[in-house]
Amino acid sequence: MEITVRLYLTFRTGRFRVETRECPAGATAAGVARDLEIRDADIGMVLVNDRQAELEQQLLPGDTLSLFPVVGGG
Amino acid sequence: MGSGPRAVAHGMQNMDALRALLAERADGDVVAWADHAEVMRRFGLDCPSAEEAILSAGFLPARYRRNRQTISTELQLRLHRSTVAVVGCGGLGGYVIEELARLGIGRLVAIDPDAFEEHNLNRQLLSSPAAIGQSKAQAAERRVADINPGIVVRPVEVAFSPETAADSFGGVDVVVDAADSVPIRLQLADACSQLKIPLVHGAIAGWYGQVCTVMPGDETLRHLYGRGSEPKGVEVVLGNPSFTPAVVASFEAAEVCKILLEQGCLLRNQILVIDLLHMEVDHIRF
Repeated sequence: MEITVRLYLTFRTGRFRVETRECPAGATAAGVARDLEIRDADIGMVLVNDRQAELEQQLLPGDTLSLFPVVGGG
Repeated sequence: MGSGPRAVAHGMQNMDALRALLAERADGDVVAWADHAEVMRRFGLDCPSAEEAILSAGFLPARYRRNRQTISTELQLRLHRSTVAVVGCGGLGGYVIEELARLGIGRLVAIDPDAFEEHNLNRQLLSSPAAIGQSKAQAAERRVADINPGIVVRPVEVAFSPETAADSFGGVDVVVDAADSVPIRLQLADACSQLKIPLVHGAIAGWYGQVCTVMPGDETLRHLYGRGSEPKGVEVVLGNPSFTPAVVASFEAAEVCKILLEQGCLLRNQILVIDLLHMEVDHIRF
């Protein structure tokens, strides 16, 4: 199935900002992150179609997945 | 003096005398620092009380002249009567405290258990070689006394914790997140929600930053920090150059001002994600 992936901040480095990708039916946000070699622990916010989601959420065709790294400094 | 009829009458007499003095000396409705000092001397007031009296009488201390027309005298009085707690006096906190003090927020609670270290010097506004080893919270108090003696700063040299929140945030109108750990931020969000105090969140890492406003009951920080399993983020790898905390802190200060003045559009149920390397700002709306 086809989904759109948006990456933010450091996740863009060596990857992309936005890309339409093929992924298996039933793929999860976690699975997509893994394919992109993004570590679970590095992920802060996950949005699916601009709504907060869990990494375990199954994606549907046409979904937009947004991944943000943890920004915690002050 | 108390608050009975005689005290009220005395207070009203004083207010009349104050207005007469200010009317005589002010430039229009703007009161110069020398006359602010005269108000202190003549009426036996400390600087913050004199500022309150001047603003209450409808006059504007000259230091705030350039806040006009963005902030009226009446709203300047509201800022003076506000209390803002800043959790962290480091990278973000130093700039937040500087800006809120210059803005005219009447009371600041500066919370930080740490002392300055050499590696703070690249970005922490309150730091200097002479300040190494000194308390950050006390440095905040000294800096504000230096730039705006009309502001009262309560330094708190104890780390924020859920147990100390009610005490630290008593009477506080807005809390600013200038912390440097994810777990602290999540605890802070919970505490502010329970105490029904708005929280302005900010965080930085390298070229990047984020800012939003969390009203009591909002789940925004849970969205941002997901599982909250890691205490730190990419700042561990990227560090924090001088300009990033300044940028994010300024957004935070503006949010504080808008909350207190009930003006403008808040970053509520939204996050501003800032990338200074590529000069991009993403405005994420939930």
